[in-house]
Amino acid sequence: MSQTTEAARPATTHRAKPVLSEGKRAERRLGLLLCAPAAIVMLAVTGWPIIYSVWLSLQRYDLRFPDKQEFVGLANYGTVLSNGYWWTAFGTTALITVVSVAIELVLGMALALIMHRTLVGRGLVRTVSLIPYGIVTVVAAFSWKFAWTPDTGYLAKLVGPDTAVLTEKLPALSAIILAEVWKTTPFMALLLMAGLALVPDDLLKAASMDGAGPWQRFTKVMLPVMKPAILVALLFRTLDAFRIFDNIFILTGGSQGTGSVSMQTYDNLIRGLNLGIGSTMSVLIFIAVAIVAFVFIKVFGTAAPGSDPGRR
Amino acid sequence: MAEIVLDKVTKRYADGALAVSDVNIEIADGEFVILVGPSGCGKSTTLNMIAGLEDITGGELRIGGVRMNEKAPKDRDIAMVFQSYALYPHMTVRENMAFPLRLAKVDNATVTRKVEEAAAILDLKAHLDRKPANLSGGQRQRVAMGRAIVRSPKAFLMDEPLSNLDAKLRGQMRTSVSRLQKQLGTTTVYVTHDQTEAMTLGDRVVVLRGGLVQQIGAPQFLYDHPANLFVAGFIGAPAMNFLPATLENGSLSTPLGTVALTDRVRRAAEAADAPREVIMGVRPEHFEDASLVDAAALDRGASFDAQVEVLESMGAEKFAYFSVEGGEAHASDLADLAADAGSAGVPDTGSQVVTRLSAASAVAEGQPAKFWFDTDKVQLFDPASGANLTYSAD
Ligand SMILES: Nc1ncnc2c1ncn2[C@@H]1O[C@H](COP(=O)(O)OP(=O)(O)OP(=O)(O)O)[C@@H](O)[C@H]1O
Ligand SMILES: [Mg+2]
Repeated sequence: MSQTTEAARPATTHRAKPVLSEGKRAERRLGLLLCAPAAIVMLAVTGWPIIYSVWLSLQRYDLRFPDKQEFVGLANYGTVLSNGYWWTAFGTTALITVVSVAIELVLGMALALIMHRTLVGRGLVRTVSLIPYGIVTVVAAFSWKFAWTPDTGYLAKLVGPDTAVLTEKLPALSAIILAEVWKTTPFMALLLMAGLALVPDDLLKAASMDGAGPWQRFTKVMLPVMKPAILVALLFRTLDAFRIFDNIFILTGGSQGTGSVSMQTYDNLIRGLNLGIGSTMSVLIFIAVAIVAFVFIKVFGTAAPGSDPGRR
Repeated sequence: MAEIVLDKVTKRYADGALAVSDVNIEIADGEFVILVGPSGCGKSTTLNMIAGLEDITGGELRIGGVRMNEKAPKDRDIAMVFQSYALYPHMTVRENMAFPLRLAKVDNATVTRKVEEAAAILDLKAHLDRKPANLSGGQRQRVAMGRAIVRSPKAFLMDEPLSNLDAKLRGQMRTSVSRLQKQLGTTTVYVTHDQTEAMTLGDRVVVLRGGLVQQIGAPQFLYDHPANLFVAGFIGAPAMNFLPATLENGSLSTPLGTVALTDRVRRAAEAADAPREVIMGVRPEHFEDASLVDAAALDRGASFDAQVEVLESMGAEKFAYFSVEGGEAHASDLADLAADAGSAGVPDTGSQVVTRLSAASAVAEGQPAKFWFDTDKVQLFDPASGANLTYSAD
């Protein structure tokens, strides 16, 4: 770790040497020194666990059989990737991610438009719509669970007396997605509202003058102009949704094929005490998330909000 | 193409602000009308009501004889050019200009032809496939114009379309806007803050103040015959000089000395039943260096001495500034004008006099000089109502 910082520093100064004056270099050195503590803490709390879990994933390491620990290379990856349960969980996770993010996008956009347009009580509307996001996921998940409990739950009564929603695969998945959507749509709406603020009023007025109706203004002007914000919102939500855990853990515990990859990881790592396989799974999740991020940034050209607006 | 009639049009915003009140304007087919006035006087609001971007609270708007109050912007067949240009950032210049035609479901061949035509008129052919972000201010402005002209609308509305350009470019674009409008013969309503644009572009100028129409007329007419203090002070740069004056049996005592009234002025003042205390208005160009005025003219006008404080030599003319003792005129119109010019609260502005002298004048900064002004060109205003007491329609 200390090696990385030391290795990075001479490299920067070396590259900068021909162009930078003495004063500039001193300034840069000071800058690096000032952010070093934060960078080191960051590396310690995020970099180290990542490296450590990669290291663990290359070993056979089951706490139930501690004497059998040994370095096995990529064997764990072979085991996981050829396992049917892993792929089922992967499919479930992908399904939950795609469906919930798609619904969140539509609802979030509607909510954002409403919040953007509201003139009276704007603050109140925004606060109210953010309540679900402010509730701890586990607490919300429990209330969903009670709502779906046959005989006592109000939602269960609504769907009919003899159905146990959380005990069948598709209804259970729907309940999970519903809980996810309910919880994170406000966040989506908030991100999209920041994007809406980027669409100048004049542009919409110009479109009206050019003959566009409300729907055409939305699809031909608003959406393309706020595309960067939409992509950022989708990226954030996709990465988040892919790691879904709490809702599934509380609602179904992963039964009926509703388990996500994070659930599988938890089962192996914490319940099964198999550090090798569990770490392999968490590294695979990390890779999947990295690929999603890469695709968003490189293929769709997602940029962080506010960065380099002139490029598109 | 069509005439636009605003019949007692009023706009009250949801928060209760009365932005435009009882405005009557008849704009003839093909006419170029300018809306001017200080900031917040309701120019944009008026334009937006014609466009359909703001609802009309009261009165009627007719375009081509048809009531338009309830029509959506897209059904009014009017194009608008915005101060910010409002180009679609995700479209190329070509797509921007084609956008109104595409929405109108015009076939591809016609779209291409019309866009090419507009691009040729506006000298944009080389930039058709570029994005607005990569264009200069002047080019963006032309694209905005292009988007307005492609579909040959009934009228153009322009809200300060040149105010984001630098002075030189603004001058060039001003002439091309004028030429374009004459070439196309399309009814145009143009909002501006700029004196030069107001004076040179329009067939007629509408002066607004606080949502009320002050005067409508040809630019030169407004300059020569302002209906009130406000119009007199607003039209013309540098502005007309206002000094307090007292009317006494055919003569006028002013901070510049006592002046005999000419027949024209006296008759007009009598006809208007002028009060004793009035405000005298004299345009800068009606002053002259007394040493350059021939004897006959000296008799016709009035002369006085003053200490030149600032002298601006413009080459073809000179502006001499001096202040007069106890010379500040007070009227609500003047306070409004000062607020608009941003000089409210600046001491001495009221008593400062600006004169425009010939380049041959030998007056020098800091030196006393003898000035002359043409008393026949003097205008008198009622301080209470602001009305021009010497107003005549010819
Ligand atoms: N949406 C609105 N809600 C309430 N009041 C408004 C609104 N828009 C404008 N006003 C008020 O209406 C009046 C006229 O505004 P308008 O924009 O027409 O002025 P303007 O003449 O175009 O000024 P400027 O030269 O600064 O553009 C102003 O007093 C303004 O405060
Ligand atoms: Mg305006």
